[in-house]
Amino acid sequence: MLVALTVAVSVAALALAAWCGFAALRDQPTKDWHFIGMAVVSALALVQLVIGITQLARGEKPDQGSVIFVSYLIGALLAVPMAGFLSLAERTRWGSTTVAAGAVVLAVLEVRLHDIWGG
Amino acid sequence: MDETATGTKTEPTGGEAGDGGTRAGRLVRGPGLLLVWLYGVMSVGAVSRSVYQIATEFEHAPLAYALSAVAALVYAFITYTLVRGGETARKAALLCCAAELVGVLTVGTWTLAEPSAFPDATVWSDYGMGYLFIPVLLPVTGILWLRKARR
Repeated sequence: MLVALTVAVSVAALALAAWCGFAALRDQPTKDWHFIGMAVVSALALVQLVIGITQLARGEKPDQGSVIFVSYLIGALLAVPMAGFLSLAERTRWGSTTVAAGAVVLAVLEVRLHDIWGG
Repeated sequence: MDETATGTKTEPTGGEAGDGGTRAGRLVRGPGLLLVWLYGVMSVGAVSRSVYQIATEFEHAPLAYALSAVAALVYAFITYTLVRGGETARKAALLCCAAELVGVLTVGTWTLAEPSAFPDATVWSDYGMGYLFIPVLLPVTGILWLRKARR
């Protein structure tokens, strides 16, 4: 379950990064549809956080420790929304670039999460 | 939608060069936003990582963890100066970016030359390879942007 979610979040994050990177290439700021995309990715990350904590509560142990695992889950949840808020204040291509960078950061966090869980 | 896109595309610094308003010293605009985001991410990552490592397993690799803590402080300080803005902050950030670059290159070379001194990786090990080389790219872009933002 957790592995499937990790893959789903990674793919969604990379898609968002490509989409916002494309907007930046075309010199466009983030638009309503981009924000809906960010909301979808963030919702997936939230589900992942809930499932991850549920797994911990059921007594399963991540390879590299629960504290690190939960920190990464929280980081994964915050990465895209934070970049999204920044892009609200910067209505240029650089706002889109920042969201794309945030999505890449999320994808990297997912890879690390996978290692930490030991899947 | 296209109207808003073209309407906001005007150069944010265009009309303000003469009035010397507070916006003139803003460093978080255009490419600066991406920079502050990446520095913010590195700060959060490096600070939480070194707090955890120093609190739980400092004896395992004291040198590596101490260096990571220094890196974390540098990142946090640069993030703060970038957000704060203004000429003094710009100069301070420029200085820190230079120090950061020196740090990355020194620690990077050190870890390659004498791996035995580092039982565990630092943020700056192997020129920041574990962090997609962002640690070595960030100060270079930072210095370029901060020089460009001078007025």
